[in-house]
Amino acid sequence: MSTLRRFFRHLASNGHRDWIFIIPSLILVALLGLPLLALILRSFDKNFFSYALSSSALTALRLSLITSLISVSIAVVFGTPLAYMLARWKFFGKSFIELLIDLPIVLPPSVAGLALLIAFGRQGLFGPALSIFGISLPFTTVAVIMAQTFVSAPLYVRAARIGFAEVDVQMEEAAHVEGANQWQLFTEVMFPLAERALIGGAILTWTRALGEFGATILFAGNLEGVTQTMPLAIYLGFESNLGVAIALSVMLVGVSVVLLLLTRRLEKAHQPK
Amino acid sequence: MKRFITLGLLLVIFLTACGTASAPTQVAAPVTQATAVASTSVPQSTTLTVFAAASLTDAFTEIGKNFESTHAGVTVKFNFAGSQTLRTQLEAGATADIFASANQTEMDTAITDGLIGQNTPKIFLNNKLAVVLPSKNPANVQTLNDLAKPGLKLVLAADVVPAGKYARQILDNMSKNAIFGNDFKTKVLANVVSNENDVKQVVAKVQLGEADAGIVYTSDAISTSDLKTLEIPNDLNVIAKYPIAVLTKTANPDLAAQFIAYVLSSDGQNILSKWGFMPVQ
Repeated sequence: MSTLRRFFRHLASNGHRDWIFIIPSLILVALLGLPLLALILRSFDKNFFSYALSSSALTALRLSLITSLISVSIAVVFGTPLAYMLARWKFFGKSFIELLIDLPIVLPPSVAGLALLIAFGRQGLFGPALSIFGISLPFTTVAVIMAQTFVSAPLYVRAARIGFAEVDVQMEEAAHVEGANQWQLFTEVMFPLAERALIGGAILTWTRALGEFGATILFAGNLEGVTQTMPLAIYLGFESNLGVAIALSVMLVGVSVVLLLLTRRLEKAHQPK
Repeated sequence: MKRFITLGLLLVIFLTACGTASAPTQVAAPVTQATAVASTSVPQSTTLTVFAAASLTDAFTEIGKNFESTHAGVTVKFNFAGSQTLRTQLEAGATADIFASANQTEMDTAITDGLIGQNTPKIFLNNKLAVVLPSKNPANVQTLNDLAKPGLKLVLAADVVPAGKYARQILDNMSKNAIFGNDFKTKVLANVVSNENDVKQVVAKVQLGEADAGIVYTSDAISTSDLKTLEIPNDLNVIAKYPIAVLTKTANPDLAAQFIAYVLSSDGQNILSKWGFMPVQ
């Protein structure tokens, strides 16, 4: 309450010019906030729990959690060494790799889905080679994970690279003087110091993987229990059963809010240092 | 600040360039973009917005062009999607002049929701379904019986999409037939690897060779290259009747009625049969 009073006193003392900042801000905040508010209000329904606990909703939820957690694990296992190299090493083609990694962040997911299909589809560039081993990727859960990793892993690599780059070079030099090898330097100096950035990046990657839609529907298709993740169930549900779609949406909003709050706390805990 | 202004100017130049260059070819563009195009290039034009089933994409695009050429100053804009998507969009307040659905169910729901008002929907074409296969036919599908082969990758439209409903009806019909056996539908549905959101997505997955087979409209089979078609006999097939109606929200009821009259005219029906539909006249 007192913050609100202080806010209005601040307005009164600073004259009318503040409105130049406040009005556009309010409009954008309303645009971002009102739809979510409407979604949550609409979900207050006596059937909410029966929708949220319906078998198709739970199947989608389970599939989403499993696939997104695997995607994050892949991003961490393969992305951490890459981020470390990008932050600390100098090598040929580095800026090209950096560009390549940033690209999926700005590309529309539909482009990602099409590219995956054309590369790893049965008739794609590597499809015939894969089929020799009896592997066919489209329409499988593996395809869902690939789509999620494609669009979300770059967020982790980016965050981890910045985290590693922020570690003081003197720390590294000191470790070198003490006789640490590359592996010890990484596990005992760099990793602990960049830990928060890594965890923050992983959480952000997880939220992105949870929300993946466009690449999944193109590359993996839509089949309950196999490739129908929450965003796909929401997309199809909104035409047949709005209740389930709204319940799933609210669940996704809830999970995302919790994850974002977690990253905020990590960032805050980091600042006083 | 200076950089911001330069960026803004570049944006304006880019948008105007797009507007003039692409005005005549913009047919199925997103609504906002198309409106901007129409208002900058032809100030006094009337726009007719048609929400049409995805299966009508090619035929209606041609019909729209012909209608524009005979009606000066009229721009016909299309929104092609699964009929259930279109109906949901209309319920949510999308403004359009005409709704052409691929089944009676979505039209009936639109009537119940008061979207059609006093206007009576007219059946403007019939359509059948067929099995489509990639041109290389990787699963070696020769007869309809092969759809039940274990391991075949079948793609259908989701059961909320008209084409998906019809496909499941056909499977019901086949299960009642001794040639296929009463577990035919169960066996075929076990082969489904994806339930797509509209019929064109089914076509795309088969065309790309990712799926071994799909069940789509005969019109899709005809209008798409590199597809093999396996006909479904009439006694097992479902005849889809497409209704079209003027929406109550229209600002141009007369023009909308003229468009529907053109679809029903012999010219319009000829275009429809060219794209593989069965005319009603």
